[in-house]
Amino acid sequence: MGNLLEAHNVSKKFGEYTALNNVSIAVPQGSIFGLLGPNGAGKTTLIRVINQITMPDSGHVLLDNEPLQAHHVTDIGYLPEERGLYKSMKVGEQALYLAQLKGLSKTEAKKRLKYWFDRLDIGDWWNKKIQELSKGMAQKVQFIVTVLHEPKLLIFDEPFSGFDPINAIVIKDEILRLRDNGATVIFSTHRMESVEELCDHIALIHQSNKILDGKLHDIKKQFKTNTYEIGIRTSNEVALAKELQDKFTVTPTSFKTLGNELKRNIKLSEHQSPNDLLSFLTSRGEVSHFVELIPSANDIFIQAVNNN
Amino acid sequence: MNHLPLIIKREYFTKVKNKSFIIMTFLSPMIMIGLVAVVAYLSQINNNSERTISILDESGQIASIFENTKNTKYLILDQLSLEDAKKLTQVQENYGLLYIGDFNDLNTVSKGVKFYSEESPSISVISTLESKLEKQLTDLKLESQGVDIEKIKTSKVDIAIAQESFTGEKTSKIDSIVKLIFGGAAGYLLFMFIIIYGNMIMRSVIEEKTSRIIEIIISSVKPLQLMLGKIIGTSLAGVTQFVIWIILGGLLLTIVSAILGIDLMQASPSGQLLTQAGNEAAIPDLVQNGIAAFYNLPLTNLIIAFLLFFIGGYLLYSSLYAAIGAAVDNETDTQQFLFPILMPLILAVYIGFFTVIEDPHGTISTIFSFIPFTSPVVMLMRIPFGVPIWQQIVSLVILIGTFMFTVWFAAKIYRVGILMYGKKPSYKEILKWIKY
Repeated sequence: MGNLLEAHNVSKKFGEYTALNNVSIAVPQGSIFGLLGPNGAGKTTLIRVINQITMPDSGHVLLDNEPLQAHHVTDIGYLPEERGLYKSMKVGEQALYLAQLKGLSKTEAKKRLKYWFDRLDIGDWWNKKIQELSKGMAQKVQFIVTVLHEPKLLIFDEPFSGFDPINAIVIKDEILRLRDNGATVIFSTHRMESVEELCDHIALIHQSNKILDGKLHDIKKQFKTNTYEIGIRTSNEVALAKELQDKFTVTPTSFKTLGNELKRNIKLSEHQSPNDLLSFLTSRGEVSHFVELIPSANDIFIQAVNNN
Repeated sequence: MNHLPLIIKREYFTKVKNKSFIIMTFLSPMIMIGLVAVVAYLSQINNNSERTISILDESGQIASIFENTKNTKYLILDQLSLEDAKKLTQVQENYGLLYIGDFNDLNTVSKGVKFYSEESPSISVISTLESKLEKQLTDLKLESQGVDIEKIKTSKVDIAIAQESFTGEKTSKIDSIVKLIFGGAAGYLLFMFIIIYGNMIMRSVIEEKTSRIIEIIISSVKPLQLMLGKIIGTSLAGVTQFVIWIILGGLLLTIVSAILGIDLMQASPSGQLLTQAGNEAAIPDLVQNGIAAFYNLPLTNLIIAFLLFFIGGYLLYSSLYAAIGAAVDNETDTQQFLFPILMPLILAVYIGFFTVIEDPHGTISTIFSFIPFTSPVVMLMRIPFGVPIWQQIVSLVILIGTFMFTVWFAAKIYRVGILMYGKKPSYKEILKWIKY
């Protein structure tokens, strides 16, 4: 499948300050695309460019292979990080208003809102004012408004902030379901565990530059260090430890086990294979633990940012 | 996509349904009318209160001219020393004592006249006494020089100059006053409208910022559209409120004046002005002249110009209010930016009320009716006095040009400002936003 969204060499300056420097990303159709980066990296600016809130100084964005145009706002659903609702308006009224701004007719909007309100269990909030709701409740309303017009592209900026763990799972499941129904999702967050869980593609922006992008899977391969975490029971731990030290690159480690074994991280060199290590270990004792260390999104994030 | 009607609708209905708006709409005219009624009632009581003034006339030539009126009684004291007269006045709790010393020479008499009282007397009392004394003494002096006063009285002529323009329009003093009232009302109305509803627009922009809904909205709507929608929606709510005020105010005024039997016309300054102007004419004449003056106004011109200048002036200022709302995070930060907006507005009203009234076609009035930030108010005040159409058109073109510029300018600030949170921006930073 092709890319739903492509940004080509997008740059944006605010006065002297460069918010985006020649950033290109490609978001494949039907993917959940993680847009990552430290605070102030330029993620929000890029998202605003995609939403046509901010015009780029140079570069262009294609949606469905068409340059962005005014009518594309109805193809995008955007849940900003800085979000709120009118304090003095009733929940139903303003959901209806926001849906109409996205091009839905009043009757259609009402029908869909009813469905979604029931689905997320907030049917009886229609006539309440936002002032009367908790933050999490307001977030649910905002989520509904974002997805109501069934856009091709959904952009969520920190969608889980303000939710308790139970509602966070509800929202996560809804995002996955929307993806399964054909939507493409751009997902910006600092919470790496949700990146790990949801994203299949990521791009990492740091100090206005894109420093990394691709399939999460491929990036992990690229970042893995050929390191294995092993545990072994042996009668002579001291001798084995010394022997490992001589043969491999060893670092101490600890993990929880029931027994009391020798635990090490072992980094293999280019001409050593995991099988070599394993057969060496089995010849020395009883192997209780043998795992390849795969870098987490968190590790990748920290490493990539620190290297730049 | 054109969302303008939708935005206008929302702005309008949230304003109109707002509780404080409803309360203000219905309470303000009542409070206003209540105040007017109280003032009118009090001034009536004041007029009805009786006061007694003792007079000690040692010359015996003047006291006789003081005749009792409805509100003032004169008590003429005889055969008393000044000290005794003072004491008596105090004991009787009279308003005061007018002392006229004996005189031989009419030229020096004024030195011997004094007024004694517990508290300082009101200016109107003193001026009444003075004018009576002056008249009597003048008469005495004329007589002493052998002039027949009766002859002077019969030869007195009253004149009211009839005014007519070269094109044959008849005007009179009453005309001018009617013009003044209409021009003043139009200008002042615009001034009030800008301040009240400009502020409302500003608050509504700030509300969208502080509630953080703004980014959700501008992902579907262009900021310019949102800003215009806000301005138009709020203005419509304002017009609604104004119309209700006028209807309710008129109704209440009629009811209150009927109940209390107070002639409110007399109590209001414009009413007094009219009465003064009509002093020479009989009252029915006055009413007739007033109505005639009303029809003499360039009504069509007035109404069209009112609408155009009102809308132009209002949009000019309200777009700036919207920009201020976008630039700041909360209302307390707005003061610094509001000041430069209010300055020309207040200047316009001052020029209107001082210069235009004095000389509607003078240099200053004319210049300021072309400067876009003052022209709506000043021009509206000038028009009843007859402004050449070409001047109105030129002024309007300048106004529209400036209006388009300020909307563009405000939209730039608005577009950037609504997404800026945190510290209050400086003027320099705001100017930089234009380039973003």
